[in-house]
Amino acid sequence: MLYREAGQFKTSYAADQALLPIVQDRWFLAVLLAIAYLVVPFVADEYWLQAVLIPFLVFSMAALGLNLLTGYAGQVSLGTGGFMAVGAYATYKMATTFPDLNILVIFLLAGLIAAAVGLIFGIPSLRIKGFYLAVATLAAQFFLGWMFNKIGWFYNDNPSGTITAPPRLVMDFMVTGPRATAEVRYIVALVLVTVFALAAKNLVRGRIGRAWMAVRDRDIAAEIIGIRPFQTKLLAFAISSFYCGLAGAMSLFLWLGSAETEAWDINVSFQVLFMVIIGGLGSILGSFLGAAFITLVPIFLTNAPQMFGVNMATDLQKHLEVMIFGGLIVYFLIVEPNGFARLWQITKEKLRRWPFPY
Amino acid sequence: MTSARQLGDILLKVEDVSLSFGGVKALEHVSFDVREREIRAIIGPNGAGKSSMLNVINGFYQPQEGTIMYRGRSHRHMRPHEAASEGIARTFQNIALFRGMSTLDNLMTGRNLKMKKNLLWQALYLGPARREEIEHREFVEHIIDFLEIQAIRKTPVGRLPYGLQKRVELGRALAAEPSLLLLDEPMAGMNTEEKEDMCRFVLDVNDEFGTTIILIEHDMGVVMDISDRVVVLDYGRKIADGMPDDVRTNSEVIEAYLGVMH
Repeated sequence: MLYREAGQFKTSYAADQALLPIVQDRWFLAVLLAIAYLVVPFVADEYWLQAVLIPFLVFSMAALGLNLLTGYAGQVSLGTGGFMAVGAYATYKMATTFPDLNILVIFLLAGLIAAAVGLIFGIPSLRIKGFYLAVATLAAQFFLGWMFNKIGWFYNDNPSGTITAPPRLVMDFMVTGPRATAEVRYIVALVLVTVFALAAKNLVRGRIGRAWMAVRDRDIAAEIIGIRPFQTKLLAFAISSFYCGLAGAMSLFLWLGSAETEAWDINVSFQVLFMVIIGGLGSILGSFLGAAFITLVPIFLTNAPQMFGVNMATDLQKHLEVMIFGGLIVYFLIVEPNGFARLWQITKEKLRRWPFPY
Repeated sequence: MTSARQLGDILLKVEDVSLSFGGVKALEHVSFDVREREIRAIIGPNGAGKSSMLNVINGFYQPQEGTIMYRGRSHRHMRPHEAASEGIARTFQNIALFRGMSTLDNLMTGRNLKMKKNLLWQALYLGPARREEIEHREFVEHIIDFLEIQAIRKTPVGRLPYGLQKRVELGRALAAEPSLLLLDEPMAGMNTEEKEDMCRFVLDVNDEFGTTIILIEHDMGVVMDISDRVVVLDYGRKIADGMPDDVRTNSEVIEAYLGVMH
């Protein structure tokens, strides 16, 4: 009953093309954002912010990036971790080399560097598709990881081989470094994710997004319409890597604080790919749902036994956790191969007609 | 109607085009011209090289020999992007729509070449990018009205029935405002009623937008009714070229279609 679009008429193309054409959706998002910005920082404790919400935001950003590439432009990539590492190391290098430069500017510059690297590793997409392309991007993952490990210049020849986020201020707030509070880091991450999620949504509903989807769905037809497939794919690689690079920068500076290349290894690439597949390929909302599922469910499973007052050995619990998590993934993919975003869409369609079955 | 129509200047001239794939000769020294505002049919038995001819015209295949003269400019071969920006659009024998996208988005994609706003404006979706989007939406809505597909505007094309998909594909080609439209079997697999609808659209496009059309079709009734001139291909060679009535009575054409008594 609450979710009805009856009586909501659109009288202009502008209104019809609005981001959220239905009033209820607009309210829902407004309330969600209000809670995220105004309630969560004051209510959530250190653990929730540091272990749950900030990683969720970091992975949302990475999933957004991969979804633009894989979900919209149809190019499978296993290089996400590598591009995140580029973002993290570029931010670290720039932050230590130019201490006076605003850290947010450095974030964006690091994103651009990651975009350039992504562009280079996107070149094979001219010739190869699907699984073969995935293998080619795997090369990016391993090469970049190796490079950041081997060449001391990237971690300032630090004997431990780790890179550590130096303390930086933005408008008198300590944003990064050991003394930055979780609340501030959360807000910064939230602002970045909000801005770039909106930008991603705008891109995919305009000319560029349509070109990506055209190349994904029928590259030959796209070419004959006048879309240049190679340029379109490269642009997708660049923009996707920008998002991944930004996610990498966020993961070092706003979440982990200090890390080695292992923080962005192949497992991260797979994790982000799972997020995109489970959340919904070709859906901005899906990126968030997938990131939420993959980051939050393990945390829930870890804490579930204590919540229900069950005591069990840590190793048993850890094994159960992995099994249940794997089972859930399989279950959801069988129920809805198109991911959570599609489930949400079906729910909305049902709600619109409720209580009638058709 | 055919002979009474006033045809314009030569828009496209295919000169001595040969195309082969390894030892297979798809086209051998084919030449013909297409005049402005004309509906030109290409017919021939299966494997005669009709689709290959269209692929050469819009640059998807590169012929080994011959030239293509389009709007007075001679091309050794076209490139797909070049052909598209010079106003050649086409539909495919096997529907090649973007299945994951709505009808509206498919049509909007047809206007991609005409949209110029850069990445940054697109990401912001403000001012110029938004205005551009709305302008093009208006144009696309005219085509939606023209093809009577208002009801399926927001439906993903993968869910549409075959006949409608064909119509959406025509719409996508029209969205590019082509001066030359290549239709590869637009009526294949349709029932009589759908065929009649499609014929009407083809004639209306030609009449209202002044679009020149090259049409591949197997239904001889349709070809004879709506085309101004007909090219007949057989085994990659041109065996006849002329008014529908002349072609119909041409002995070589009859042989190609019906076979010869030995």
